[in-house]
Amino acid sequence: MAGRLKTILSRVAQAAPVVVGVVIVTFVLTRALPGDPAVYFAGAAADEASIAEIRTALGLDKSLPEQFVLYVGDLLRGDLGESISTGQPVVTELARRLPASLELTLTALLLSCGVAIPLGVLAATRPGSWADHLCRVLVTAGVSLPTFFTGLALIYVFYYLLGLAPTPIGRLDFIYLEPPRVTGFFLVDAALAGDWETWWGAARQIVLPAVTLALFTLAPICRITRAAMLQALSADFVRTARAAGLTRPTVIYRYAFHNAMLPVITTLGMVFSFTLGANVLVEKVFAWPGIGSYAVDALVVSDYAAVQGFVLAMALLFVALNLAIDIAYTLIDPRIGFEN
Amino acid sequence: MADVSLHSGGGAGGSSALRHVVYVLRSNPVTLFAFAMLALLVFAALFGPAVAPYDPYASNAARALQPPSWDHWFGTDNLGRDVFSRVLVATRLDMAISVSAVALSFLVGSVLGAASGYWGGWTDRIASRVLDTIMAFPLFVLAMGIVAAMGNTIENVVYATAIINVPFYARLVRAEVNIRRNAGFALAAKLSGNADWRVLAVHIFPNALPPMMVQVSLNLGWAILNAAGLSFIGLGVRPPTAEWGIMVAEGANFIVSGEWWLALFPGLALMLAVFTFNLLGDGLRDMVDPRLRT
Repeated sequence: MAGRLKTILSRVAQAAPVVVGVVIVTFVLTRALPGDPAVYFAGAAADEASIAEIRTALGLDKSLPEQFVLYVGDLLRGDLGESISTGQPVVTELARRLPASLELTLTALLLSCGVAIPLGVLAATRPGSWADHLCRVLVTAGVSLPTFFTGLALIYVFYYLLGLAPTPIGRLDFIYLEPPRVTGFFLVDAALAGDWETWWGAARQIVLPAVTLALFTLAPICRITRAAMLQALSADFVRTARAAGLTRPTVIYRYAFHNAMLPVITTLGMVFSFTLGANVLVEKVFAWPGIGSYAVDALVVSDYAAVQGFVLAMALLFVALNLAIDIAYTLIDPRIGFEN
Repeated sequence: MADVSLHSGGGAGGSSALRHVVYVLRSNPVTLFAFAMLALLVFAALFGPAVAPYDPYASNAARALQPPSWDHWFGTDNLGRDVFSRVLVATRLDMAISVSAVALSFLVGSVLGAASGYWGGWTDRIASRVLDTIMAFPLFVLAMGIVAAMGNTIENVVYATAIINVPFYARLVRAEVNIRRNAGFALAAKLSGNADWRVLAVHIFPNALPPMMVQVSLNLGWAILNAAGLSFIGLGVRPPTAEWGIMVAEGANFIVSGEWWLALFPGLALMLAVFTFNLLGDGLRDMVDPRLRT
């Protein structure tokens, strides 16, 4: 166990330079604003004196390394600046909207794992069957679908033509009240409050955006599950298990599937990155009040602090997730160790 | 020497390589289809403005929001512009953005990857760190941040798309160069008096080209999606310019009232282009490395 703890600690230590890199990149992005930020923030009617005042207030009169130190200090205090469009600190806005994005992303990932992993397993265990063909079609078509287009197509069919889906505006129709906030996930909060009517309202709203995202993530998960299962099934230990007379379900699920899960978990990290990006587009299509649509709205009015805060938050989220996956990996697979 | 190394890497010489291509194309109609689609895309990109039946920017309020008909194959938009002409004309811009972005990342990635694979040491360490940092961002989000910071123009969309794709090329080249750094032919080239950069550029690097071509093709589709996604959220291309992503965004407002053709056709064009490049990439992979065939 001590060795394992050491492995985990070394993995955490490896993430540190990446976080530093991420912070440097966002800093450079903030300072690369076109033109003079002080003039920009001062507004159109500002005179020389007020521009100079703002420059001092923003710390733009200092040298770049000094500015960087100030920037890192602000970050450590959890200060990402203020959004000029809403007048709120960026951190509060992001924190308020993050649960909406996470709820959508996680629902979509659960949905696509629930479909893609069984499908990939079926495709690998029964080559040439309908599952195999479906898997192949999904893999090729899935990567070609622009998420925003799939979303619009779903809205057209299920909202306009069939009338099954509710109006694609946000997380909850205005006839419902938001459930009391515990986790920020409407589905969880409504269930905790025992308010099943609101739960149903929230569920109806989340179905289409979640399916849109799920369709997008189906392809890579399906592809890697199929490949990993095929590889595991052709391994020696599976042949031995078969030769020893174990039943087919035991061989497939206990022996092959458990081993095939490792590459799938790794791929989930990559898929999560794509999903965070695609989230922005899906949130825009469905007017979902998450951090993606916040960033898009901020982009339109050139609210840079908000955009930079969003980019940084997403990157840190992604680094943390990869770290979590790696650590989970270490715990699952005893063979993994890191050479110093 | 360069020729020998090229051939030993590619696995086939001049006419036999051609025969192999013909063989693969014949045995794999899907790849043939992909090449046909590519020809169509290139044709639309080159001659789109010339063959478009209407002026893509001419509005005609009398014919606004008409469903597809013989006069207007893809219908008309809210300003009465012909959607078919706009989709056709947009091909050039979309292809130009993705081709130039991929070309840029190919160049930069090759140089970075070759240098770090060949010399190793600090070059490698610094380059790898920088690339790791890029990969630490969700890529589409990083592209958004770059365009927001550098300014909302089409060139910056190209640069942003290029930057987020560089790590893929650099890693590929680094691996390919690294395994051949001490190969017999590389050492022989060096012993016969070639400078390091020459051995690298002329003898070792060409071996990385076949897998690079596959990557380029797959990447082109991805670059198109990326650029279209950026313009969908209002970055880069501005109205009234005809571009697939922005056309879908404009059409999105009419989906809920049932005018589906505004968003459908540019969306289909986008899908078709991405699909073509993905199929092409898979086909190229079959030609380059038959073992990876799935």
